[in-house]
Amino acid sequence: MGWTGKILRIDLSKGTVKTEPLNMDWADKYLGQRGLASKYLVEEIDPKTDPLGPDNKVIFATGPLTGTCASTGGRYSVITKGPLTGAIACSNSGGYFGAEMKFAGWDMVIVEGAAAKPVYLTIFDDDVQIRDAGDIWGKSVWETDKWIKAAHQDPMIHVATIGVSGENAVLYSCVVNDLHRAAGRSGVGAVLGSKNLKAVAIRGTGGVSVKDPKEFLKATKAGKKVLKDNAVTGQGLPTYGTQVLMNVINEAGAMPTRNGRDVQFESAGDISAEAMAEPRRSDGHPNLLTNQACFGCTIACGRISKIDETHYTVQNKPEYWHASGGLEYEAAWALGSATGVKDLEALTYANFICNEQGLDPISFGATVGAAMELYEDGVITSETTGGIELKFGSAEALTRCVELTGKAEGFGKELGMGSARLTAKYGRPELSMTVKSQEFPAYDPRGIQGMGLTYATSNRGACHLRSYTVASEILGIPEKTDPLATEGKAGLVKAFQDATAAVDSSGLCVFTTFAWTLEDIAPQVDAACKGDWSVEKMLEVGERIWNMERIFNNKAGFTAKDDRLPERLMKDAAKTGPAKGLVATVDKMLPEYYDLRGWTSEGVPTNETLERLAV
Amino acid sequence: MLKALVIDPGKCTGCKQCEMACSLENEGVFNPSKSRIRVFDFHEDARFVPYTCTQCDEAWCQQACPVNAITTDAMGVKVVHDNLCVGCKVCTIACPFGTVNYNASTGKVIKCDLCGGEPACADACPTDAITYRDVEQSGYDKMKVWATRTSAGTESHGPNTPA
Amino acid sequence: MHHVILGAGPAGVTAAETLRKHAPDAQITLVSGEPEPPYSRMAIPYLLEGKIGEAGTHLRQTDGHYDAKRIAYKQGPVSKVDTSAKALTLNDGSTLAYDKLLIATGATPVRPPVSGLDLPGVHTCWTLDDARHIAELAKPGVPVVLVGAGFIGCIILEALAKMGVKLTVVEMGDRMVPRMLDEVAGNMLRRWCEEKGVKVVTGAVVESISPAGGAQPKPAPEAAAPTPEPKRPGFFARLFGAKSETAPAPAQATGFAEEAPGFAGAPENGLTVTLKDGQKLPAALVVVAAGVKSNIGFLDGSGIDTGRGVKVDAFHETSIKDVYAAGDVAEGINLSTGHNDMLAIQPVAVEHGYIAALNMCGVATRHRGSLNMNVLDTLGLISSSFGTWEGVEGGSRATMVDEKANRYIRLEFDGDRLIGAQCVGLTDHIGMLRGMIQTHLPLGKWKDKLMESPARIPEAYVAVVQSAPQVGPTGPKVALPA
Repeated sequence: MGWTGKILRIDLSKGTVKTEPLNMDWADKYLGQRGLASKYLVEEIDPKTDPLGPDNKVIFATGPLTGTCASTGGRYSVITKGPLTGAIACSNSGGYFGAEMKFAGWDMVIVEGAAAKPVYLTIFDDDVQIRDAGDIWGKSVWETDKWIKAAHQDPMIHVATIGVSGENAVLYSCVVNDLHRAAGRSGVGAVLGSKNLKAVAIRGTGGVSVKDPKEFLKATKAGKKVLKDNAVTGQGLPTYGTQVLMNVINEAGAMPTRNGRDVQFESAGDISAEAMAEPRRSDGHPNLLTNQACFGCTIACGRISKIDETHYTVQNKPEYWHASGGLEYEAAWALGSATGVKDLEALTYANFICNEQGLDPISFGATVGAAMELYEDGVITSETTGGIELKFGSAEALTRCVELTGKAEGFGKELGMGSARLTAKYGRPELSMTVKSQEFPAYDPRGIQGMGLTYATSNRGACHLRSYTVASEILGIPEKTDPLATEGKAGLVKAFQDATAAVDSSGLCVFTTFAWTLEDIAPQVDAACKGDWSVEKMLEVGERIWNMERIFNNKAGFTAKDDRLPERLMKDAAKTGPAKGLVATVDKMLPEYYDLRGWTSEGVPTNETLERLAV
Repeated sequence: MLKALVIDPGKCTGCKQCEMACSLENEGVFNPSKSRIRVFDFHEDARFVPYTCTQCDEAWCQQACPVNAITTDAMGVKVVHDNLCVGCKVCTIACPFGTVNYNASTGKVIKCDLCGGEPACADACPTDAITYRDVEQSGYDKMKVWATRTSAGTESHGPNTPA
Repeated sequence: MHHVILGAGPAGVTAAETLRKHAPDAQITLVSGEPEPPYSRMAIPYLLEGKIGEAGTHLRQTDGHYDAKRIAYKQGPVSKVDTSAKALTLNDGSTLAYDKLLIATGATPVRPPVSGLDLPGVHTCWTLDDARHIAELAKPGVPVVLVGAGFIGCIILEALAKMGVKLTVVEMGDRMVPRMLDEVAGNMLRRWCEEKGVKVVTGAVVESISPAGGAQPKPAPEAAAPTPEPKRPGFFARLFGAKSETAPAPAQATGFAEEAPGFAGAPENGLTVTLKDGQKLPAALVVVAAGVKSNIGFLDGSGIDTGRGVKVDAFHETSIKDVYAAGDVAEGINLSTGHNDMLAIQPVAVEHGYIAALNMCGVATRHRGSLNMNVLDTLGLISSSFGTWEGVEGGSRATMVDEKANRYIRLEFDGDRLIGAQCVGLTDHIGMLRGMIQTHLPLGKWKDKLMESPARIPEAYVAVVQSAPQVGPTGPKVALPA
C-alpha cells in the first residue's frame, strides 16, 4: 500500500535483471525514496568506493506517495555516491517519470556494475530489458527522449537520460527526465555515464493503491486546500515560479553575485520573474509562456519559456524556437547573478542547453562565475579559455561556455570539473564557492545566516534543499526568524533537515513545505502506507536518515573539517544591503548543532544517538 | 438543463490530477492508463489539453453498439452497461473522437459517464480547467459543430442521432 | 402512411425507430426473416463463448420496446415484392400493402462449391439457430475445422477457440483476414493464433467434406485426457435457463494432427475435410464462413435494380420510387471512393437505416458515404482497419512494426490527410482514426510527425482538433483562491 513492494535490480556487468521484494522493515524505518534508497545504498556499497567505478551503485527511487493523487506526488530521486563531492548523493526530480515508475510496478530500480558498451534500460511494466544504446550515445537529452519514443513507438513512455555531459563525466552532470526536469545535483549523471547507462525509459499501465482510499482522499484534499489558500503555494509559485525569490533575496542582501564578491545584483530586476512575464521589446512576447505542473502537483511552479527568435543565441537555430523549461530561481541566479549576466534571453538559452545536455545549472553557473574571477584576476587568459573573453557580465561568454561544457569541448572540459577542482588547478581554491566541492546556490549566508549552517552540514555538499531555512528567515514560514542572527539557528537547521529528509522520502515535493508542515503531510502518508505514520514518527525517520547519511560520509572520509564554508564568506564582509558589514558565522553555530544532533565535537554521531535512532 | 464537462485547455497545467481522480473513482486505484480522461501534453507548444468524451448528441458509440449496451441516461450521458457489453469494440472504432477505450482486464469498454453527475475530474482540477456546468455556457457548441462535420449524413443531421 | 421494413437487423430496427421519431402518426411494420426477436448477429460469437445469454444478443434491451414505439412486428420472410401494386407476399402466402418500403434483408452466408456442405455437422455461423447447432457440437477437445478466416471467420474463431475445441482454420487467401489486413498484420495474427494452439492453413481450398471413412473415431483413453475446461453452464441452459440433459462427458482428442481423434457428441461417424492438396482434416464440426451475399433473391421480377446488392441513390432510394434499401443488402456509398459499394458492417447498417428512414418520411438527407472499418479481437490480439488502408497511388505511408510485441500501425495519407489505417495491438483512442479519415482533417505539420512516429495518432488528432487559440500565450495558471 503506497509502496508497490517490488524493486528491480539491474546488473549491467552481468547483463541481468532481477526482481526482489521491498524490504518492508526498512520501509517502516526509512519510508521510501531518499531514506529508503540511501539505506539500500549504504548497506550495499563501500563508502570509499570510486563514485565513477563499477562498484558504485545508482538507485532510482520513488516514495510511497509517488503516483498517488497527493499534491506533488510525482517525485523520484537518484541516489548514489556523488562524483562531484565523494559524499552520498540524492538528487530529487519531478516531471512524470517517477509516477510512471510506480505505475510500471516498481518502488526502485537499483543499477549495479557497468556495461561493456552503451546501453539503455526499458521498463515496460514487467518487461525489463537492457538494450543497446549505440544509436543514442552521444546524443542530447532531447534527441534521446525523441529517439526512444520513436524507437518503441510509444509517445507515452517517460525517459530519464543523461546528456553528452554525463557521458563525458562532467562532474555536475545530471539525469534529466521529461526533457527538462532533472535530478540535478552532485553529478549523478556522470555515474550513469560511468556505467555506460544512457537512459531509463519507463511505461507503466498498472495502478497504485493506498491503505485507506477514503481517508487518503480526505487527507490529500485537505492538503490541497492548504496549498491553494497559502499565498506562496497558491499564488506566488504558480504565477512567478521560484523566481518569485529573485527580487526578494536581492533586497535581503543575500544574493551571491559575481562569484560571491557581492551580495546584491544590481540587475536582478532584469532577470526576475517579473521580467520574464513582461512582453519583450524585441518581439512583444513575454519570455514566459505558461507554468507547468509536475505529476500530481497542484502548485505548478514550473516555467515554460520561449526564447526570442531574433536573439543572438538562437537566431539561426530554429531547433531552439519551441517552448521548453524556463528559468527557475536557482538557474537564473547561477547563470545570471553568479556571473553578473543580465541578459534574460541568454540565461534562458543557457538554461535550455543545461537541460538539453544534462548540466546542473547551479554548479555550472557558479563554476563559470569562479572562472570569470580567475580570468579577471589574470590567473587564466583567453588562451586558456580558447578565446573566450570570460568577463563578469558577458552573456556571450556564458552562452559559449554552456555550449562547450555540454559537449565537453575546449575550455568546457575544464569547466566540467566544477569550481573546486578548477580553482585548485589554477592555485586559487579560495575562489571556489563550494562546500564538499559542491557549489552553493542562490542564498548568501552573510545575509541569511542559517543557510551558512545549512550549506556547511548538508550531507550532499552545499545545498539549499537540505534545510531551507530561507523559509523562516526571509519568508516567515512557519515563523519568522532574523536572517542576520545566529541564535537558535542550529535548532532551526536541524528541524528543517529532519523534516525535509522525511518529505524527500515520501514522494512529495519539498516546495509543499512553504505551506505544509508535517502536520499536513503525516496524515497523507498514514492513509497511504501500512503502519502508523505520525508527525513524531516522520521526524524520527528524518533524523534517522540524516544520521545514516552522515555516517556514510564519515566513513567515506569526511570529517568536521569539511563542514565549513568558503573563506570569502567568513572573511569578506557583505558590502551592501541589510547584511552590510557581516560575514557568515558558521563556527559559532556548529558546536551547538553537533550537540543538538547528538554528535561528538568531531561531528560523529555518538553511540547513544545511533542506538536511540536505531540507525 | 443538461450539464456538461467544460474543458479549457488554456487553464490546464498538466498536473494529471484529473486522471488520478478518474481512475480512483472508476478503478479503485491510481492508474492514469485506465483514466477516462487524458491530458495531452504538447510540450513544444506549451499547451496541455485534457480530453474526454463530450457526451455528444450523435452518440456514435451508442448507435454502433450491437447489443444496446450503451444508453443515454436522463442527464444525456452515454453510459456503458457492463452486464450487456460483450467487448466487441465496435464502439471504440465508431467513436470518431476516440474516447471509448477497450479495457483488456475486464473485456469491456470504458468511457466517461460523468461519474453519475459528480465528475471526479472536475472536482480534482486545481485550476478550473475542467468544470462541470450548464452546457449552454460552454464551448460545447464548438464540439457539436465538430461532431456534425464528422457525420456521415448531411451537414445538419447525423446518422446516429438517437432515435 | 404505412412504412414497411423488411429485415429486423440493425438497419431495419434503426430505420423503424427513426421513422417513429420523425413520423409520429405513421404506421410502421417490421417484417423479420427469422422467428426471433430482433437480434445482433455480431453478438453470436459472444453467445457461443458464454459471455452472454441469448437475450444479450437482442438489439434492444428494453421490454416492450417495439410496442412502446408502435412498431408492429411481423414474422416473414417475404417471398415476393410487387412494386406496381405496392404489395408484398409473405412466405405463408399472406399479403401486406405498403406506402414506403425499406429493404433491409441483409445477407446470408455464401455456400462455397464444396461437396458435403449438407452433411450433419456442417454449419454456417450466421443465425441464432446456427449458433444452437454449433454449441451442441463444439465440445472441449473435439476437432473443428473452420472454413474461412475472413472477418466473420475470425470472430467465430475466437469463440470456437474459447469453447476449447481443437481448431483448424482453412483460408483460401494467402493470409488471415486478407480483406481487412495486409500481409504484415495478417501474418502477425496467424503467428499469434498458432502460438495459442490454433492450426492455420492458408492458401488452401476445401475440396470436399465427407463422413469419416472406415476408421470410426474412437474415444480417447481417459488417462490421456487433459484437464477438462472449467464447468460452464451448458449452452442450452444459458439459452433457456432450463436444465438441459447433461451432455456425455466429452472425451478429449489426444492429439491435434492425429488421423482419427476421438470425440463424442459429434455426428455418428465424424467428418473428414479434404483440401485440394489432398490434406485430410478430421472434424466433429465444420463451420463455414466463406463470406456473405446479399439477400436479394426475392426481388426477382420486382423491377428493382440489383447488382451484388440492391442499387440505391445517395438518398438510399432504389430504382423504384418509394422503395428504399439499407444495410448489408444495399450498395451504399463508400466514403473513401465515393462509389457505391458493399460495406457489410454494423455501423454502416445503422447509418443506412437512419438515412433511408429520414428520406422515407420526407426529410431529404443525402448520404455522404460510409467509412469501411473493422475491429477484430483474435484470442486477445486486437486488430483494426479503416478506410483505404491499402493506400493510393501518389500517397504516402507510415508504418511501425514490432513483431515481438505484436504491434503494428500502418497509416496511409493522401497529401496531409489520412485516408486509411490499420493497427494491431493498439486499442487506445483508435476511434480517432475514423475521425481523422472521415472529416478529411488536414494534418499540417502533424503529418510529418506521424510519418516519423505513427503511434502519435492520438496526439496528432487532439493537437489538430483542439488547436491553440490565436490569442497568444495564456500565461501562468493559478488556482483560484478557495
